Amino acid sequence: MISPYMIFAAILLLTSGAYVIGRKRAFAVAGDRAGLMQMHSRPTYYGLLTAMWCGIPALVIFSAWSVFESGIITQLVIAGMPDSIRDLPPDRLNLIVNDIKNLVSGNIVSAEMNQTLRAAADHYRQLQAISSAALTVVVLALIMIATTMIMRAISPSLRARNQVETIIKWILIACSTIAIFTTIGILLSVLFEAIRFFEKISLTEFLFGLKWSPQMAIREDQVGSSGAFGAIPVFAGTLMISAIAMVVAVPIGLMSAIYLSEYANRRFRAIAKPLMEILAGIPTVVYGFFAALTVAPMIRDTGLGLGLDVSSESALAAGLVMGIMIIPFVSSLSDDVINAVPQAMRDGAYGLGATQSETVKQVVLPAALPGIVGGVLLAVSRAIGETMIVVMAAGLAANLTANPLKTVTTVTVQIVTLLVGDQEFDSPKTLAAFALGLVLFIATLILNVIALHVVRKYREQYE
Amino acid sequence: MTVDVKTTAGVSGIGQTGRILYDRESRETVGEPFVEGARMTCRGVNVYYGDKHAIKNVALDIGRNEVVAMIGPSGCGKSTFLRCLNRMNDTIDTCRVEGEITLDGMDIYGKEVDVVPLRAQVGMVFQKPNPFPKSIYDNVAYGPRIHGLAQNKVELDEIVETSLRKAGLWEEVKDLMTHPGTGLSGGQQQRLCIARTIAVSPEVILMDEPCSALDPIATSIIEDLIDELKQQFSIAIVTHSMQQASRVSQRTAYFHLGDLIEVGDTAQIFTTPRHQLTQDYITGRFG
Repeated sequence: MISPYMIFAAILLLTSGAYVIGRKRAFAVAGDRAGLMQMHSRPTYYGLLTAMWCGIPALVIFSAWSVFESGIITQLVIAGMPDSIRDLPPDRLNLIVNDIKNLVSGNIVSAEMNQTLRAAADHYRQLQAISSAALTVVVLALIMIATTMIMRAISPSLRARNQVETIIKWILIACSTIAIFTTIGILLSVLFEAIRFFEKISLTEFLFGLKWSPQMAIREDQVGSSGAFGAIPVFAGTLMISAIAMVVAVPIGLMSAIYLSEYANRRFRAIAKPLMEILAGIPTVVYGFFAALTVAPMIRDTGLGLGLDVSSESALAAGLVMGIMIIPFVSSLSDDVINAVPQAMRDGAYGLGATQSETVKQVVLPAALPGIVGGVLLAVSRAIGETMIVVMAAGLAANLTANPLKTVTTVTVQIVTLLVGDQEFDSPKTLAAFALGLVLFIATLILNVIALHVVRKYREQYE
Repeated sequence: MTVDVKTTAGVSGIGQTGRILYDRESRETVGEPFVEGARMTCRGVNVYYGDKHAIKNVALDIGRNEVVAMIGPSGCGKSTFLRCLNRMNDTIDTCRVEGEITLDGMDIYGKEVDVVPLRAQVGMVFQKPNPFPKSIYDNVAYGPRIHGLAQNKVELDEIVETSLRKAGLWEEVKDLMTHPGTGLSGGQQQRLCIARTIAVSPEVILMDEPCSALDPIATSIIEDLIDELKQQFSIAIVTHSMQQASRVSQRTAYFHLGDLIEVGDTAQIFTTPRHQLTQDYITGRFG
């Protein structure tokens, strides 16, 4: 049997071969140096064009085949099975199909082996073999037809370079749309689950409710059966922890960036900058237990010493550590944009007798502002989306409080706790995670739009 | 005439006899570098960038109400020398300046001297117009604001208007005061930078190839402006254009590989240069 990998390798091999013969053909058509000058494009482009004609249709057919092959074969196998099995409800049928596939690939089968199953598996194997053979024939035929056609077309008037460049442009467009479609896909997957949630819990209750207690009763008489899905405390917690993190990260990050780019000598900078960037490389789990085991007890002990009531999983601890984690984002990005401000701006200010501090405050920072705001925003998104530190250090209790010494919880923590383990996906308890995710997504999006607007309005353009 | 074989610079030029000269400590300056009642005096100025000896033992005066042009091939040190006059070289880490430079008799490299007021007294206009990314008004008002030259808004308005008038830009921008300075044309931007410099009432204005990024019409406007400005200020201008040097300056200094080769009245330099190198340069044999 021919495996798909072999077909794929063959396509790649033939494509490189096509490049070589396409290029050779161009030389042959040209004849000599003078003929080469008469060709519209350089021989390399004829080679590339041949390779593209050879490779692209074959790859398209190959991937389409791989995507649909399994589904079609399964349908055919089911069609070939006895009526007693075909009439089973879809979920039972699904189980049997899974068993057949397991049998084919040699895995353990859940049900008892019987003649029907074995026959179906053989049928499956047979169809797979036919499919592979057919695919091989189709692909090879396609390659041969396409290559022959393009080889015949190679002539001095064939605009190979333009065609190659057009194809490359479309490949680039395809790559850039992948990111967009992924975003849309993520959004939709969250959206559909969230809609299912909002069918059970009203939107206003979710958005404006002040109590968060995502539990659903399995039996009527169960204790704690009343679920409350008011997301305000959760978002308030996120907001507070992010705010604490930004209060730590923005001043420290910005000022260290100013020092590194404007005041520090080259040697100090060469040492300090990589060291700061190490902070960004520490896994967030490590920050998490640093927060939970070192910072939080320290804050609690200090608080107790001052006679304050500090819970052992305070918003302050999580926020502080998160702020430290974000410092390198702010400082590194700000440092880059400050360095990008042309030296001519500084010279202009110095030439008027401005001090270094005046130059930095009144000329360099305003010019670098859009980039700095961009860096800060990136940091905000990091803070809002950060999960590990808060899971470990911030706690689960959804308190609606403005006191940073109390335990709060965040959106990401709740999503994690709601989705960890085996969950029933028809309960509002689980679906609430998607609603939280959706609102978080929208909130971040709005934040970005606002920030873009602000940056565009207040930017001082220096070019 | 000692030949210093240890210097790294190697061949430094063609001598009067056509013989290849090696880098020496410095060359004698031909002509008269000194003037009566000079605004700025430079004596024995040496500048090093790390190991590179960029300015070699230069002595030159800048008189009152005159335009001194500094010409010479690229890399000859004329811009470096200009930047010594308001200590702009301080911003370059590896740069070291030796010698004595005075402004009105005060050593500007003295220990007690603060560069901030110095740079207000010796203003600078740069090669590429570099208006701040602020409004036209704020660009001109920047200097007076940081130096506290205006008591109130009315005085500040007055300074801005006078400076823009002196720079010949007022009529063009009086209705655009809140527009960004970076939105002007290249020539207008350069005049805005000149206005910005004038606004702090300096005594000396240094210009580092102020027209090299401008078209001929903008250049001629700025040259006329320089001619007017010398009524009030002393001006030192670095230029690559010998026509410009001969049009705007009273005295010309020719630099060559860090040496001040010849100084003299502009007319004399361009008609009867006394040094072979000067003659080679102005007749276009190199540079």
